[in-house]
Amino acid sequence: MSGPSTYQPNNAFLKWFEARLPLGGLIHSSFVVYPTPRNLNYWWTFGAILSFMLGAQIVTGIILTMHYTPHVDMAFNSVEHIMRDVNYGWLLRYLHSNGASMFFVAVYIHMFRGLYYGSYKEPREVLWILGVIIYLLMMATGFLGYTLPWGQMSFWGATVITNFFSAIPLVGESIVTWLWGGYAVGNPTLQRFFSLHYLLPFVIAGVVVLHVWALHVVGQNNPVGIDPKSGQDTVPFTPHATIKDGFMVALFCLFFAWFVFYIPNYLGHADNYTQANPGVTPAHIVPEWYYLPFYAILRAIPNKLAGVIAMFGSILILAFLPWLDTSRVKSATFRPLYKQFFWVFVLVCLGLGYLGSRPAEGGYVIAARILTAYYFIHFLIVLPLLGLIETPRPLPNSISESVLKKAAVLLAIGIGAASLLVMTPSAFAQGHDTPHPPRNKWSFAGGFGKFDEAQLQRGFKVYKEVCQNCHGLSLLSFRNLADPGGPGFTPAQVQTIAADYKIQDGPNDQGEMFERNGRPADRFPPPTTWKNEAQARALYNGTVPPDMSVLAKARSYERGFPWFLLDALPFLQYQEHGVDYIVALLKGYKDKPPEGVTIPQGGYYNEYFPGHSIAMPPPLTDGRVDYTDGSPATVDQYARDVAAFMMWTAEPHLEARKRIGFQVMIFLLIFAGLMYFTKKKVWRDVHAH
Amino acid sequence: MSAAEPTRRDFLYIATGTVGAVGAAAVAWPMISQMNPDASTIAAGAPIEVDLGPVAEGQVIKVFWRSKPIFIGHRSKKEIEEAQKIDPKTLPDPQPDSARVKPGHDQWLVLIGICTHLGCIPLAHQGEYDGFFCPCHGSQYDTSGRIRRGPAPANLAVPPYEFVSDTKIRIG
Ligand code: FES
Repeated sequence: MSGPSTYQPNNAFLKWFEARLPLGGLIHSSFVVYPTPRNLNYWWTFGAILSFMLGAQIVTGIILTMHYTPHVDMAFNSVEHIMRDVNYGWLLRYLHSNGASMFFVAVYIHMFRGLYYGSYKEPREVLWILGVIIYLLMMATGFLGYTLPWGQMSFWGATVITNFFSAIPLVGESIVTWLWGGYAVGNPTLQRFFSLHYLLPFVIAGVVVLHVWALHVVGQNNPVGIDPKSGQDTVPFTPHATIKDGFMVALFCLFFAWFVFYIPNYLGHADNYTQANPGVTPAHIVPEWYYLPFYAILRAIPNKLAGVIAMFGSILILAFLPWLDTSRVKSATFRPLYKQFFWVFVLVCLGLGYLGSRPAEGGYVIAARILTAYYFIHFLIVLPLLGLIETPRPLPNSISESVLKKAAVLLAIGIGAASLLVMTPSAFAQGHDTPHPPRNKWSFAGGFGKFDEAQLQRGFKVYKEVCQNCHGLSLLSFRNLADPGGPGFTPAQVQTIAADYKIQDGPNDQGEMFERNGRPADRFPPPTTWKNEAQARALYNGTVPPDMSVLAKARSYERGFPWFLLDALPFLQYQEHGVDYIVALLKGYKDKPPEGVTIPQGGYYNEYFPGHSIAMPPPLTDGRVDYTDGSPATVDQYARDVAAFMMWTAEPHLEARKRIGFQVMIFLLIFAGLMYFTKKKVWRDVHAH
Repeated sequence: MSAAEPTRRDFLYIATGTVGAVGAAAVAWPMISQMNPDASTIAAGAPIEVDLGPVAEGQVIKVFWRSKPIFIGHRSKKEIEEAQKIDPKTLPDPQPDSARVKPGHDQWLVLIGICTHLGCIPLAHQGEYDGFFCPCHGSQYDTSGRIRRGPAPANLAVPPYEFVSDTKIRIG
């Protein structure tokens, strides 16, 4: 649709350049005078939002690469190094990790918009298929990226996903070994995943160019689905579409910033703050939210190969959509029946997403099977049939239509009710015997939360006098104790604290290792009661006391529906699962297990510990630590103080994050407001006619 | 359309553009700042103490501070004399020897061992001036670490340091 350019530069140099490479003309015809249908609604701005997100991911990704080390021994710590030491590293990493989710939010809206308005239909088939390719590449990129922090979910996610290929008959095993570069996911896997994770976004950018090119050849679809007939039906891309897109990008950034600054770990998994351990699988493996519907389809099918085929099929079927949908009318606005089935399909996808996050047991599996079946029925039966029976508007309503319309509504209700019915009992059955930790009041909770310095200092005292014999604090340096937004020790106090510790150093001139007093730049030394994990296991009933540096983020508990949704909302946001769990655990010891529960030799009964048998003896007793500030020397107070201290060690820039977050929110509100009024001004003349 | 109309419109455009530009600059800042030394690197650059006891007369040892080689030379009488007798005004980078050592500690020469030309490490006790010779492009430094000949524009730099005792210095 981009006709011959009318671009005529006045500047002599630009003229000279244009005659040799008509770059200006290309830009002018594609992004300035390009005619865009005047009736596009805001759902059409997600293409611009996606371009913006791709750019943002590439920029933040390139920056993270400057600080990240792709090695199994160093990857986890290098990410923590970014979070702690690199200037604004926490911001850049949260932008990138949440940016991936935002990218998928935008792509799903973009895809459903395409489905609703029939944007895949003739002549836009190639445009649509390029989109499906971009989506597949995005999924691959997201998966590869998720392995890089080398947490437990990274490792086990990589193991599970690469094992998809083992379902291929005969050569499956060899393919998986080839993917891994070893006999299991390991260092070669991490390094190649890193390389590919860096490569694929540029491949995506390339396909995006084709996607946009194809778009500019066939022209944009629009809510009515009828091709623009004359110049009156269109407006020039710039300024009209540009400013509208810009306004929506600003709004989207507001949404994005909410996640980055206030609930940055909401979309992640606590388990991924535990370093990868090839010997222990987390209790419950869940992929990132954007894969959940497909994960549900995979697990719904009891046969390995069939499950994998169904899962890939559910994505690939999208590429055949232009031919599966037999209706010649594009927009759902004029397809009364399709509109109903479209919304049923949206609900089915959301339902599959929810089921993908549940354990694969009982009613969940049955519900997942029903929805999986419907997913394919939608594409293979509903869409082809609808085109044949449906009478598009504005033709008068026919009998068949009203019948089918009712059928669709009934079907939606039926599927919803059936899924709820099978899910509910299992949800209750799931209400296992581990109670939810009670919620505590935390000074650092909420949008303006700040750490309580005195509490952090007390918590440090508890750590020093109770925890540190067995639990390391390996990611923390003494100097951090004086960092802004922390316990507020003075540099002189930090010197004294550090000098109290013995640090291994060396070799000296004689080639011998020696011990010296700690300095502020040193990390906390490892625990003294055990030298290596094997010894720890021998001493502590087969367990290794976990390092406490990021423990407050590595622990969580299931809030369940609908609470987990409310937890993400402004003013209701809840991010303190980890600390609440730690407090509950520290206070959750019972001298005698309840009737019928036996605790194995060497274990202690704890109400909040999964499985109830914990190897750590009750660490706190009233009066064990002397408080000098008059706070009660009780287990309850100790537990809350040490948990707050652990929250700080896990998220040392929490205060800066919330402070900058507030500034960003205010800025974006003002900017979005200005963009809105600018947009109104620009469009006034168009709307006037 | 009233005459005031275009002005108001222009004001809105300018305001939006300005706020957008401010936002872009604010976003650029963290992306630039992240390339500066991180907190752990800065902390590791804290002052270090060096015991001069084991350094024999005529010997030059090399230690590292902030990832830079630091030369610590124990100068002989002859070397000190050579450094002091030359008239600083005749030098490319005029500086008396007294400005390059600590008063009362003439025998101790402490230098950042990085050639001021393009950053190679000069070799001690080499070259025509008995001081340092840079193998990269042939700069020659004297027994005070001053540039005498070659492409280097300035004397070898003296790091910040102080004597904690007669046989111990703190660099940084
Ligand atoms: S770097 Fe020393 S002479 Fe060029």
